[in-house]
Amino acid sequence: MSNEQLTVVGGGLVGAAIAYGAARVGMRVRLLDQGDVAYRASRGNFGLVWVSSKGSNMPRYARWSRDAAKMWPELHQELLDVAGVDSGLRQTGGFWLGFSDAEVQARANLLEKIDREVGGVPYQMMEPSELKQYLPGIGSAVVGGSFGPLDGHANPLMLLHALHAGLRHKGADVITGVDVAQIRHDADSGQFEAVAADGQSWKSERLVLAAGLGNARLAPKVGLSAPVAAIRGQVLITERLKPFLDYPTNKVRQTREGSVQIGSTSEDVGLDDGTTTEKIEWLARRAVATFPALAQARLVRAWGALRPLTPDGFPIYQASESCPGAYVATCHSGVSLAAAHSFVIGPWMGGLSQPPPDFDVFKAARLSDPNANFSYGH
Amino acid sequence: MSNAEADLIIIGSGPAGMAAACEGRALNLSVVLLDEQVNIGGQIYRNIESAPQDRVKILGPDYVAGSSLASDFRNCGARYLGGAVVWNVGLDGAVDYVANGRSHQVVGKHVLLASGAMERPFPIRGWTLPGVMGAGAAQILLKDAGALPTAPVALAGCGPLLYLLAWQFLRAGAKIEALVDTTAKNGYLHAARHAVGALRGARDLVKGVKLLATLRQHSVPVYSHASELSLEGTTRVEAISFTHRGRPVRIPASLLLLHQGVVPNTQLTFSTGAEHRWDAEQLCWLPVTDPWGRLGETPLYVAGDSRSIVGAQASAVEGRLAALAIGENLGVTANIARRAELQSQLKRYTHLRPFLNALYRPTAENRIPQDSETVVCRCEEVTAGQIRSYVELGCLGPNQTKAFGRCGMGPCQGRFCGLTVTEIISQARGASPADVGYYHIRPPIKPVLLGDFVP
Amino acid sequence: MATEALFSIPQAGEVEAVTITFDGSAFTVPAAISVAAALLVSGVREFRSSVVGGGPRAPYCMMGVCFECLVEIDGVPARQSCLVPVKDGMAVRRQIGAAHLEDGRSGEEP
Repeated sequence: MSNEQLTVVGGGLVGAAIAYGAARVGMRVRLLDQGDVAYRASRGNFGLVWVSSKGSNMPRYARWSRDAAKMWPELHQELLDVAGVDSGLRQTGGFWLGFSDAEVQARANLLEKIDREVGGVPYQMMEPSELKQYLPGIGSAVVGGSFGPLDGHANPLMLLHALHAGLRHKGADVITGVDVAQIRHDADSGQFEAVAADGQSWKSERLVLAAGLGNARLAPKVGLSAPVAAIRGQVLITERLKPFLDYPTNKVRQTREGSVQIGSTSEDVGLDDGTTTEKIEWLARRAVATFPALAQARLVRAWGALRPLTPDGFPIYQASESCPGAYVATCHSGVSLAAAHSFVIGPWMGGLSQPPPDFDVFKAARLSDPNANFSYGH
Repeated sequence: MSNAEADLIIIGSGPAGMAAACEGRALNLSVVLLDEQVNIGGQIYRNIESAPQDRVKILGPDYVAGSSLASDFRNCGARYLGGAVVWNVGLDGAVDYVANGRSHQVVGKHVLLASGAMERPFPIRGWTLPGVMGAGAAQILLKDAGALPTAPVALAGCGPLLYLLAWQFLRAGAKIEALVDTTAKNGYLHAARHAVGALRGARDLVKGVKLLATLRQHSVPVYSHASELSLEGTTRVEAISFTHRGRPVRIPASLLLLHQGVVPNTQLTFSTGAEHRWDAEQLCWLPVTDPWGRLGETPLYVAGDSRSIVGAQASAVEGRLAALAIGENLGVTANIARRAELQSQLKRYTHLRPFLNALYRPTAENRIPQDSETVVCRCEEVTAGQIRSYVELGCLGPNQTKAFGRCGMGPCQGRFCGLTVTEIISQARGASPADVGYYHIRPPIKPVLLGDFVP
Repeated sequence: MATEALFSIPQAGEVEAVTITFDGSAFTVPAAISVAAALLVSGVREFRSSVVGGGPRAPYCMMGVCFECLVEIDGVPARQSCLVPVKDGMAVRRQIGAAHLEDGRSGEEP
């Protein structure tokens, strides 16, 4: 049992999961959230709980993703019991679909490599005839695909809601409308002070920075580095439709309410969260090529989600050495990794357990390695 | 701008759009006008080109005035694209629209948004029942199809459009069960502050008085200052209940026409990212513009009721002023006399507005439902009680409600719930609507079939 | 299906007429009016059932902003009937809940 106070900066999927994880093991937790005006990458999350193809260039990340997916059912059930909120988890496998033989072969090679390096990341390549048994509506443009039995999807906004409700249930303080402008560290007392733009401030013994794009500015204040940049992913969503898609694919999935989500692009456009006609058309055409019946579905919303991405696409989880008790957490897959954030990262950053094994690979130093070859390998 | 196909693209064929087109053409600008409807006229001049004479007589002189504007528009040389559903307007003047099952794009050096007004939502218990419609809807049925209510119909709410409709019904021989007037008792007191403006708009005021006199002549029961409205029924509306002079009243009706004013249709302006301000007099969001309707430094302008509720005649003048400004941007020599003439017309046509806004101010109880069961987001059936519970859980504004429920995520894209949600949150938080904000509106501003993007 | 209509067109006899069907029942209506208007004058009181609670819904605004008038027209689901003019032979059906995609499960080009 800890007497320490933990402040988590950032109330999105990452911050809320970590805060919940610390609160559920008895810590005094306070979550500072920007509120309605935040860029809110959480709103742009596609909602996949995905293991397949993760970490082909970083086996530790593949393992992390696999372990996180296995913990998800427990998080889902706990949030349902504790907070009464259904995060919408459906985890019966997911598909990747390919439109050329070369693409399908490359996919097979990738999945084989990951399973060989990491172990326990099952997959199955399928021909169209077999794909049709699971996805009856696929179009003739699809020439093959892969199935990942550990994959699934959830509702990112309901998950966020559930985590916030869970936090309140565990007695945590959730303070909204806070724009953290400054972090102070008193080396003598070891205390941190998070200061908002309007002058309000909060003191604590431990501090986690989970502010998404805001981490880049805040991390150096506690001797850490989080070089994240905004990558825009445009996403389309249709009107509610009667159920026709039983499994998620990584580009198209049907939510519980019936709307179909279609994504996404990957653009480097700074902080522009708008959409473009060109990409909307491109996404629409690809969706219709994948599931021809979608030609009759109506697009009702489109948005450009600004996702914080490190140069290599992999997370940063790091403890500060100059300011002990401070941590930074940033990742691209706030839904996929939610359970690991709650059950593993929360207690670690709350000072109640050791860091997970082999976690040095997630330190930011790897990003300033002149020999590193960056690509969004995940 | 080099790939612009027209000097001026106008969205909306109501008075603002048609007048802007005429004025723009007179300056020799190339003009393209798009409207979602096949016919021109917008809402107020709906079906103006085809309405038979006897229907025109029922509708009254304000409707007739649209006829010459419509024929001027047809003859001015603008290119008209009817049945074109605009789903996006870019800051570069590109307008995306769907017509004939395909998405197209047309680019203008300037774009004038003139999409007019829509009914203010009237969120009272039972308002989602079949048989409950807006007064504007009944007027559209009359204009488009010559359709009249079969008995029994009750009208409820406040504002000139409601009384006009009642008058039109009576002229057409339709029977009205009751007019339940929700104008606040102190409405007259507040309006009296603007009496000076009212005197200048005396003609309009006299018209309003005449309407009410006609109702009484036809023995239509008028219940003034009614409150606590509620609509009853299980699968369809069966009656309206309310309190009048401290007593409960129940009027059976199977057609219930609600109206408490119109508000600017701000989907397009919001979707461009333009700044809007909350107007405490008009109780709605208004785009921030320069005196001629320009949105910031963009090539986009807005005129007419979608800029602020000003009525048909003033809308036409605003359209003309916007066209003049756009002409000047494009190198046409400024016509000072013409501008001055239009500005003085605008003054005349808008003098009564502050008075009308104060008099017919929709009451708080009809804008902000206190009953927790009342549906606010009709598309997704989110109630007032649910929205208040989101605020208790820390929801600060309308965009966050989407994380708690599906408020505003349905096909109407927040049109019918937006104002109510902002005001409920504002009241629950004790913050101003300006601080609470509005839904983040993004394209497509009208749903588009995915197949329309496939060549 | 056809009950007491909420609206009627006194001069209906004087204009060209077309025939449309609603859930299989045929109605004669004036040409060039909207499908929503045609259904209302033909006695249709409920156009669809809500996608959330299944409750009955009918038109509210008649101008394309409320999305209550959604019906299936000639096989295409969830169309705003107040924006579609009637055509002779049009087949209109009640929209029950969410739109159903034709051939959603067969993968055939629709």
